[in-house]
This record gives sequence, C-alpha cells and structure tokens, in this order.
Amino acid sequence: MPLIRAEGIRKEYGKVTALNGVNLTIKDGEYLSIVGPSGCGKTTLIKSIAGVVKPDAGDILIDGNIVTPIPIEDRGVGYVFQEIALFPHMNVYDNVSYGLMVRGVPPLDRSGPVEEMLHMMNLEAYVSLYPKELSGGARQKTAISRALTSGSTLLLLDEPLGALDLKVRTILRYELRRLVKDLGLTAIHVTHDQEEALSVSDRIVVMRAGQIVEAGPPMQLYLRPEKIFTAKFLGEANFMTGEVTETRNGDIMVNVDGSRLIAHTGINVSLEEGEKTVLAIRPEFVDLSTKPGGVNTWTCEIISASFVGDTMRYDVRAENSANLLVKAPITGHESSFMAGDKVFMTLPDENLLVYRLPEEGLEKALSLE
Amino acid sequence: MPSLRLLNVTKRFGALKALDDVTFEVKDREYLCVLGSTGSGKTTLLRSIAGILRPDEGDIVLDGERVNSVSAEERNAVYVPQTYALFPHMTVLDNVMFGPLAKETDRRIAEEVAIRVLRLVRLDKRGDAYPHELSGGMQQRVALARGLASGAKLLLLDEPLGALDVRLRLELRTELRKLAKESGFTVIHVTHDQEEAMTIGDRILVLRKGKLQQLGTPYHVYNRPEKIFVASFVGSTTFLEAIVESRSKEGSKLRLREGLKVRVIDSSFEPEEAVIVSVREENISITPEPRGDEHNRLSGDVTEVHFLGSFIRYVVKLTNGDEIAARVPIKMVKTEINQGDWVSISFDPMNTHVYEYPTLGLQGELEVS
Repeated sequence: MPLIRAEGIRKEYGKVTALNGVNLTIKDGEYLSIVGPSGCGKTTLIKSIAGVVKPDAGDILIDGNIVTPIPIEDRGVGYVFQEIALFPHMNVYDNVSYGLMVRGVPPLDRSGPVEEMLHMMNLEAYVSLYPKELSGGARQKTAISRALTSGSTLLLLDEPLGALDLKVRTILRYELRRLVKDLGLTAIHVTHDQEEALSVSDRIVVMRAGQIVEAGPPMQLYLRPEKIFTAKFLGEANFMTGEVTETRNGDIMVNVDGSRLIAHTGINVSLEEGEKTVLAIRPEFVDLSTKPGGVNTWTCEIISASFVGDTMRYDVRAENSANLLVKAPITGHESSFMAGDKVFMTLPDENLLVYRLPEEGLEKALSLE
Repeated sequence: MPSLRLLNVTKRFGALKALDDVTFEVKDREYLCVLGSTGSGKTTLLRSIAGILRPDEGDIVLDGERVNSVSAEERNAVYVPQTYALFPHMTVLDNVMFGPLAKETDRRIAEEVAIRVLRLVRLDKRGDAYPHELSGGMQQRVALARGLASGAKLLLLDEPLGALDVRLRLELRTELRKLAKESGFTVIHVTHDQEEAMTIGDRILVLRKGKLQQLGTPYHVYNRPEKIFVASFVGSTTFLEAIVESRSKEGSKLRLREGLKVRVIDSSFEPEEAVIVSVREENISITPEPRGDEHNRLSGDVTEVHFLGSFIRYVVKLTNGDEIAARVPIKMVKTEINQGDWVSISFDPMNTHVYEYPTLGLQGELEVS
C-alpha cells in the first residue's frame, strides 16, 4: 500500500533548475496526474520518484522509508514510459511474464498472474504475437501489463500514451484508469494532454519552472483555479484586465475598457475600489444569443466561426474591442452564427474567475516558462 | 493552377496494400485534410502525389497531365515531411531561401519571401540560427516555412503541426489555413487529429487501411457518416446492436437486446434485419428522473463519470447490459450525477444513424488499423 512523499526535491542540470524544491504527497490508491509546459520539470519529478534520476537535494519516501539512494530495480515500482521497450524476440505472453521470470518464479506459478493480467487488458487474442506484429495501442498495453505483473503496486506512467494516435489514446486512457482502480494501485501519470489528465485523475498537479503551481481535483482546478496560471494552462480561458469601480459584499463591479462586468470575488481575493483586476472565463461558459441576456451582456461581432463536430468555436470581438474565444456545444438543435453576425454575448457572473493583477504583469504570469 | 486527380491508385509494400484503389479529386485552391490513424496510408498517399513513391496501379493527374512517371522535382508539388529534413550546415534563413533562390536570381526578392514565411511561423527572429540550435517544434516550423517558400502551388503537409505543443498547434492551425487561402495554395494536409482536420479543411478525406472511407465537408462527414468506421473515428459515438421491428415513412422501430425499443429516422432496412444504430454522445441527454416527454427513453446505472473540461462524459449500463455514453456540456450540468446512480437517458430519433450489421461484427468495424 504505497504512500509516496517527495520532500524538498531539487535537481539541476548545469545552469538549468529542473526541480526547485518540490514537496508532494501521493495518497495510497490515488491516481495523480502531473501536467505542465515542456521543461516544467514534470518528467524529472517522476524520474526522481522512480529512481532513474537522483535528486541533488531532498528525499523520496515510500511508505515512510527513505528510498532516495535505492536504484529503480529495487524500489518495487512499475515504470512505463513513452518509447516502450518490449523484447522484440519475445511474444506478448513472454514479455508480460518476464518480470516474474527474473524474480525466479517457476513457470507453473507464472501463468496465473500473467493470464489474469492479459485478461484484464484484453490482450488474450495477442499472446503469441511478437511486438512488431502489434498495433501501437496493443504494444503499450503489453508494456503496462509487464510493468504490473511484477507485483508492484505503484505505477509510474511517463507519457504512456504519448506516442499513440488520438483515438487510440482516448480509449486507452479510460482502460488505464479502470485497471488502476480495479487493482487498487497508486498511479502517477505525467502527460501533456490536459483532457487526459482531467478525465482520469483523482488529483492533478500543475507545474511550471520546476515548481508546483497548484494541486487539486480535476473539477476544482478547472472550474475554480486559485492560480491564474492554472486557468491559463488547464483548458482554454479568456483573460480581461479591468478596474474595480465598486465593491459590495464580495461582489465587484469591474470596468473593462469601458464595458461593465459584475463578478464575485470569493474567499481568496479581496479587492478595493480603484484596484486593477484580471477576470477570466472559460470559452464554453460565454453565451451568444440574438437576444440580450440580463447582467454582463455585451454586444459583439463574430469574427470567425469554425465547426469542430460537437462544438462551434467562435472568435468574437466585443463592444470594448476585447477579442474572446467562445465555444458553443452542439447537442441538438442549437442555432449557429456566421462571421459578420452582430450578436449579444453574456459572461455569466458565476463563471467569472477573479484574480488580483499579478505584480509581474499579466503576460509574465501566464507565460509558460 | 493546380488541380489533382487520383484514379484507382494502389500502392503495395510486399503483401500490404498501403493504398487500395483510391480515387478522388482535389479542386484548385482547396484545403483538403486527410484523416486517419497510423498505418492508414496517409503518408503513402502524400508521397505518391509528390512523386517520391510510384503507385503500382492507377493514375495521378496533376494539372490535367498524367504524372506517374514525372519525377518529384518536376512536379508542381512540394512534400513537407513529418520529420523535418533541414540542411544542418545552413542557417534557418538559408534553409528557407533555398527554394526561392532556385527559381529567383535576385537574392533580395528571395530573402523577402523567406522572411515573410518565417514571420508567419514566428521564427523571423531566428533567421541566423542553425537547425541544431532550435527545438523540435521550431525545426518543424522551419521545414514548413521552406515548403511554403518553395514556389510550388500544391503543398503536401505530413502532420505539419504534430510535434508542436498544444497551444502553438491551436494558434498555428488557423494561421496555416489563412496563409494557404491568401497565397492561393492548394493543400493536402495529413493528420490524425480530427479537430485539426475539421477546423482547417474545406473537405476531409477519411482513410482506413489504405481505403478511402468518405470524402466531404467537415459538417457532412460529422453529421452524415456513411460508414460505422467514420462515425466512430470522427467524433465520439455510441453504437447499439439492434433488429428492425417495423418501418414506415416516418422511420423505423428497432428492438435492442432484451426487447428494449428505440425509434430512428432511417427507414431503409427491412423488418427482422440486423443493424447497428449510432448516436453521437453529445446528442444523448441524461437525467436523474425521467421527464416523460422524451423520445427513446432508456434507463440504467452510471458506471463511469469522466470530467473532460467543457463536457462531462457518463457511461451508462442499460438494463439489457448494453453500454451508452452521454457527453453533457458542462454548463448544462444542473444536478450532480455520480457513479452508481440510476439514471434515465434519451435521444432524438433525428440524431440517429442506422447501418447494416457488418459481416465482421461491430468490433471489426471500429478497429482503426
């Protein structure tokens, strides 16, 4: 039953600080994802936990024991990375039973766990095939099976689906989560695919520049991100800078380039009259309509419209010249708009995220580095 | 002005048919996206059009002329490979100027062209850098710029945005289309990302195992998928096995397993025929209590809940054991629905498609390669 702790992990590569004092606890049975822009240190962090990378400072603890000096092969972790290395001369069955073989488990005792794993991963039909005969998805499932048959209860996934096509990736991510939960494993999953992280995780860690920005359950991070960078990095968001013109019991009136918005500050931010603020809204919460819609309704012009199947994506220019992205889901009989249409746009107050204007400036606060 | 026709083109690699009797036409200045998974024949298609590969059967007609035996250099088409083959000893600017200089003796004009396309891919400030000093994503943008500057009017782009980070990919895809349209290019753009294909393409060609599955506008391919594979590969779709019970001018009544009934708009199948009915996941609504007024009301247990950001996806196991997935836009989620909840789902017969029961079974049709 692994409980993982990373305490004050630092790692430098020459002048580059890959990890700058990272503290993180992963609960037993938790499915945790780590996301962040390239170079944020997410891969270095998972490699430190795996024992592939030795931190310059700090410790990794598994179930309360310091494992920092212990190499990967003695840590009892299953490690799966993007460029999978299956043994090309072994078929699926032998690849999967490899872990048990090297641990000296006699052949007769190997078949039980191996067959169970192959069954769980829907690989039974492939047992006698060799890696080169498998699709990318089946290869990666074999690699995951091999990592798990060794009996490890901690699964470290470093972009495990990264080399696969989108469609296959979407199917496999759900299978992966189901497997982790069915087997009661603890999983740490590094990914650059935000939808993947949102859909499979119990908790997501957002990293930037070697540090953890924010951690929390997917819905909380997506709908109520505390940090402005989380709003930017996880999903899409529109950002608007404005000035607070009035405050009342946690409600603020904001002037955004001449247009007004009412928003709620919540518990994390307190703003005074005259202060600058940044308001953010996810594009799918903005409503477009041919009729005006009460508070926070602006007029706007559709600049471009594109159909992406389940959603229309619009670039719009608001009355105050702000450019916004709007996503309108298509579930049945919604009307759609065309470039040049002049319509009303409502930014529902309950969906507006309120931030203090960052000291370093908005652009810097949102930058990926 | 480039126009392109492929007539019954087949290309074999040993026993494998990488392209299998492919016939289609691309209009002058059209932006065509070829969508398919790894191994579907996308790259072979581009390389055959470029003249790098020679088809075993069929004709390739460029600008009204059969070009099967015309070399790649002499075709009015440029292939931009997925793996950027840049000249390592040349600067970025020289790499991009290579094409223009071959046709244009005035260095200043060639340089202007090169700088213009470099600005477009946001690398105008890195003109003096050498390829090895750039990230993979940047190198791919240089390769793209070189293709754009080559002077050929038919651009063959192989996953041009594949190596880029999500954010840059989203930004560049609209710019890529804009550029092609403004400069009068005809483009064939290969991708496995359906959203990319839908956003950029005038039309989409879906390819599977070397065979053309469907060619049409994004709207058409999404809303009128002609094959089960297209319905499953483009978008997220639920499929149910059924038997036709009765039919009339208004549609048909189908019988699912265990006698559950659904109505569909299609009336092309005879009673007692076995069929597959498909519904887009976003066209399925889900409520804790039946509302009573819906069509095709079924009920079952929620077995999985996936948070996707702008949508929440619910997997429901119906009373007959069939599985249905519903994707609900986040802003339409009013009451919380959890795993284990008993729910009512429904969908409009207008949003269904019916297909002949495939000889290989449903699963055989869904496999991507």
